[in-house]
Amino acid sequence: MWVKSGLLPLLFSYVLALVLTIMPIPAVLEPWRPDWVSLVLIYWLIAIPHRVGFGTVLIMGLLTDILMGSTFGIYATALVLMAYPALRHFQRIRNYSLTQQLLIVGVLIFVKRVIVYELEHVLNDAVFNLPYLYPVLSSAIIWPWLFLILRRYRRRYLIR
Amino acid sequence: MKSLFEHGPSLSTRLLLALIVAGTLMFLDHRLQTMQPVRSFLSTATAPVQYLAVLPEEIMDRLVYLATTRSALREDNQRLRDELLGLQMAVQRLNFLENENARLRQLLGSEVRAASRRMAAEVVSVATDPFSHQVVINKGYQSGVYEGQPVLDNRGIVGQVISVARSTARVLLIADQSHAISLRAERNDIRVIAQGTGSLTQLELSFIPHSTELKEGDVLVSSGLGGVFPEGYPVAEISVINRDERLQYAQVFVTPFAQLDRVRTLLLLWPADAQEQPIYEDAVETDEVNDVG
Repeated sequence: MWVKSGLLPLLFSYVLALVLTIMPIPAVLEPWRPDWVSLVLIYWLIAIPHRVGFGTVLIMGLLTDILMGSTFGIYATALVLMAYPALRHFQRIRNYSLTQQLLIVGVLIFVKRVIVYELEHVLNDAVFNLPYLYPVLSSAIIWPWLFLILRRYRRRYLIR
Repeated sequence: MKSLFEHGPSLSTRLLLALIVAGTLMFLDHRLQTMQPVRSFLSTATAPVQYLAVLPEEIMDRLVYLATTRSALREDNQRLRDELLGLQMAVQRLNFLENENARLRQLLGSEVRAASRRMAAEVVSVATDPFSHQVVINKGYQSGVYEGQPVLDNRGIVGQVISVARSTARVLLIADQSHAISLRAERNDIRVIAQGTGSLTQLELSFIPHSTELKEGDVLVSSGLGGVFPEGYPVAEISVINRDERLQYAQVFVTPFAQLDRVRTLLLLWPADAQEQPIYEDAVETDEVNDVG
C-alpha cells in the first residue's frame, strides 16, 4: 500500500475542521460559528475531486454526527447531498471568481443546513429558529480567505 | 493523477450508494436503536478531538492561574475558609436532622433513605447543534458512569447521561426538547411534569388545569417518580402562569435553578439503589464524598 503525497496534511485539515466545530467560543459568537466541516470539504471537493469523494464526505459526516450527538447519518446525508453539486460542477466552480464562489458556497451551506433541519424535524421534532441560518452568512464571508489559505496549504504540502 | 475519462461507477451511482449507507445508518440508529455499541466505540475514538478542542481554553486558564498574585490567592483562601466554616456548621445541623429523620422514619415503619455517592466531572464540550442541548463530560464508563445517571450542579438538577464512552459521557440537559422530568411542588406536593422547550432558561409544565393551586415563585423539586432522578433535589421555580381560559390548559413556565447556559463543573450522582458503582481514580476522594442524599 503506497501513501499518496500529502496524506497527513490532508487528514490534519479534517481534524482541525472538526476541532473548530466543537471548540468552545464566547456565547455572542456562538450562533455565527462558520460551518468549518462543510467549508473544508467543499474546498477539497473542488480542488482534488479525483481523491476526495463521497467516501470522505460520508466519514466526515458520521464523525460530525458523533461529535454533535445527533442521530447517526443526519449530517452524513446532508453533507453527501451538498457534495453532489460540488463534485458535478467542480471544474466550473474552480474557475469562478472568489465573489461568485462565495455565493455558491453560501447556497451549498444553506442547502446542507436546511436538510439537517428537515431530518432533525422529522426524526426528533426539532423547532426551527432563525439563528440556525446565521452560519450560512458567516461561512460565505469567510470562504475567500479560507480558499486562499487552503490553496497555499495545498501547494506547500503538495496535496495532489 | 486520473486520466481525463474517468473509470468506475458514475457520479450519480456513487451518490446513491452514499445515500443508501447514510440512510441505513439513520434507520438503524433511530428506529432500531442498535447503534449504541458503535456509538460508544466511536465516541471513545473521537474523544481526543474533544480534548483538543478545549485545550486552548485550558491553557488560557492555566496562564491566568499562574498570573494570579500572592495577595489575591491569600484573599481567595480567606474567603473560602470563611465559607467552609459556615458550611461545616450547616452540615453539623444537617447530620443531626438526618439522624432524627431516619429514627422517625423507622418509628413510622417506612424505608430509611440510604446514602448516595457522587463524583465531580468537568464539561469538555458543549454540542453546537442548535436543535438539542447536550454537553460532554470528562468521565466515562471507566469511572463507573452509566446510561440514565442523574447529573446535578451546585444549584439543582442539570440532566441525565444518555450515552457513555470510555472517558467521556454525553449529558442531555433538562432544557432539551425531548426531555421531560417529573417534579413536585415543595409547598403543596402537586405533581407536575416539566418539558424542555429548547430555551436554556425556561421549561414548560404540561397538562396543568386552570384551577391549579400553583403560584408564581413556587419551588419545584424532583419527585423521584420517574426512577431516573432521586427525590427531593431542587429543579426549578415557577416564573409565569398564564391562566388564559381559551386554552385547554394553563400555560406555566418555570426557570431552572441550574445555570444551564454556563455549566462547567457538574456532579454525577449514584443513587443508593443503582447497580453501578463509582470508580474513583485515587482513594483520597472516597472518604469525603460519602454522604446522605
